[in-house]
Amino acid sequence: MPKVLRVVDRRRCIGCLSCRQACARLRGDYSPSNAALDVKTAGGMSGEFIITICMSCEDPACMEACKFGALTKRNGGGVVFHKDKCTKCGACARACSVSAIRMDKEGYPIICTHCGYCTRYCPHRCIATKEV
Amino acid sequence: MLHKDFIRVLYIDLTNEEYRFEERRDLFKYLGGTGVAAKLLEENIKPELDPLDPAQPIIFANGPLSFVMPVCTKVVATFYSPHTREYGESHAGGRLAMAMRFNNIDAIVITGRAKHPEYLVIDDKVLFKDARAMWGLSVEDTGKILRQHTSGSGIRSSMRIGRSGENLVSYAGVNVDTYRHFGRLGLGAVFGSKLLKGIVIIGDEPVKIPKENMKKYREVYDSIYDTVTKTDVMEKYHAVGTSINVLPLNEMNSLPSLNLQTTRYEHAENISGERFAKEVLVRKVACSGCQIGCIHIGQFRREFDDGYEYETVNVSYDHELVFALGSFVGLKNPEEVLQLIDVVEREGLDAISTGVALGWATEAYKRGIITIDDTLMPFEFGVLQNYMAAVHYIATGKNEFYKSLGKGVDFASKKYGGQDFACHLGGNEMPGYHTGYGSIVGFSVGSRHSHLDNAGYSIDQARTKEEDIVKKIFEEELERNILTSLVICLFARKVYNRDTIIKALDAVGITLTNSELTEIAKEILRTKYRIKEKLGYSLDQIKIPKRFFKTITLNGKLDEEKANNMVKEYKAMIDELMK
Repeated sequence: MPKVLRVVDRRRCIGCLSCRQACARLRGDYSPSNAALDVKTAGGMSGEFIITICMSCEDPACMEACKFGALTKRNGGGVVFHKDKCTKCGACARACSVSAIRMDKEGYPIICTHCGYCTRYCPHRCIATKEV
Repeated sequence: MLHKDFIRVLYIDLTNEEYRFEERRDLFKYLGGTGVAAKLLEENIKPELDPLDPAQPIIFANGPLSFVMPVCTKVVATFYSPHTREYGESHAGGRLAMAMRFNNIDAIVITGRAKHPEYLVIDDKVLFKDARAMWGLSVEDTGKILRQHTSGSGIRSSMRIGRSGENLVSYAGVNVDTYRHFGRLGLGAVFGSKLLKGIVIIGDEPVKIPKENMKKYREVYDSIYDTVTKTDVMEKYHAVGTSINVLPLNEMNSLPSLNLQTTRYEHAENISGERFAKEVLVRKVACSGCQIGCIHIGQFRREFDDGYEYETVNVSYDHELVFALGSFVGLKNPEEVLQLIDVVEREGLDAISTGVALGWATEAYKRGIITIDDTLMPFEFGVLQNYMAAVHYIATGKNEFYKSLGKGVDFASKKYGGQDFACHLGGNEMPGYHTGYGSIVGFSVGSRHSHLDNAGYSIDQARTKEEDIVKKIFEEELERNILTSLVICLFARKVYNRDTIIKALDAVGITLTNSELTEIAKEILRTKYRIKEKLGYSLDQIKIPKRFFKTITLNGKLDEEKANNMVKEYKAMIDELMK
């Protein structure tokens, strides 16, 4: 069964950023800005944390927006990224209604593969992978 | 510095609104944090000028492991302390270490004075922004404005001062990301003297992990991560938090209360960490890169008008705050303590020094050393409303008395009297432990007069033999120079033993042996003492106020002569180190 990443309980988040760091590590980078998921606060540290992940849409707007075939449908939801076809136009990121796609410093979109590596580094089990 | 052989220093000149970067290979041997910040202070300090002269520097440094290894979350600030008028060093967590790391900044040196109130935005460049409209605003309100006017939510850090810093209160702190602080020794006043209201740093640059290091890095990261999250080494900091100490310290006659008239507080149970957790704790948050989440947030609501009109306030608390703004001033329940913390936070004061100053003022008032003409209201242990007003008066320098109280209890007691019960050690207000010789000697001789310099209180609690105390203080002081240069949160000190430190450094391409680390620690401590000497400081000047010998500790009543001899013994060890 394919798996997808889900936010299980956003409210438990303590903002340690270990998940973002894990994703970046997998991508060969130390920097949390180089991750496919995002954790930030609404209204500063006294506000709640917002966890933005790929929602593994069945009918992905990002794929629809890509005119170059760089995003194809992923089994279970979400998309698969084909870097060789990407023109770095950013249309996918603009199309995502929850802003789950960020662009890396080279201009490529950072697309979640739903591998679940980040979930192993959440000390409060806020995120998890679910079989679909 | 990460996978490089230099320290990248950002120099900012507020007077001329200029900045430049330097890649300093010569600083690499100081690791980062305390080591680099002390060295940069030594280079840039102007001993002949006042601590608040525009030419004096503010230094920040993170370390080679910052954010890339678990719980390496702190930044060290060094400066010429306007409070003790000697070496100033303070540490803060939050997101600052991460934001510096991913802005490719290892250290910052700020000098000069802005032409009018300004704040800095450090992103791709350094922007000097107008802060005239924010001058006079609280820490909280300033934070909200900075947040609205800068990008990088989640990967930026925001520092700011409140009114106490603007008004040069010598123990004003700098707030970092709402719940963390460069609290001690007056960095906030140094900001204020430069008309620097705040600094926002955005850290969104990628930093590649070298392919050849990847495997090793992951292994070491995972092994430390597992120790942090799957063992009980750090559990105490997450569960009830450091305020778990309140009850045991009270039981062992070590909880400073009512201006250290006693170390057994009759209301200790009501302000215990357990009580806070049950009644007011609403959530916990973490510094970036820390899986523990020790920041305990308590909540209170206050009726500000008839008709069920409430405001709800979140404030962070820990042992030091519960002691200083709780037992030391006689408050009796979590809600009262949170309310006093809230005003201290808004004004941007150091919580420990403020609490100890209020404690001294209360006793001085009771004894008639100061009168209502000075205080403008009666002071009584346990009366919250007057203390809340007094905090505002300290922050704004309401009258001559509050201006003096805003320079600390050493200064105020020299002016008004009551030096015997002014609870400072080395000019810095005491922290929340009165455990024995380890605590009073440790705080007195500690290079920044902080309980975290050498943890003398912990040496006392281990019931160390008297003749071994000074040696242990010295060894711990030395060893912590490594931890605070890397800059590992001291709560993780048991995770990062020497073996782990060597492995962690190796995983990021820095090869050092045990003996090399020891040599580095010695050189860093020497650097601090060279600065102290330049500023005319000597361990000979230490005079421990009488109150510390009158009030019982875990190890009984302390003997003044014995304590003074211990200070001398420590001085001999420092003299030996400096040879």
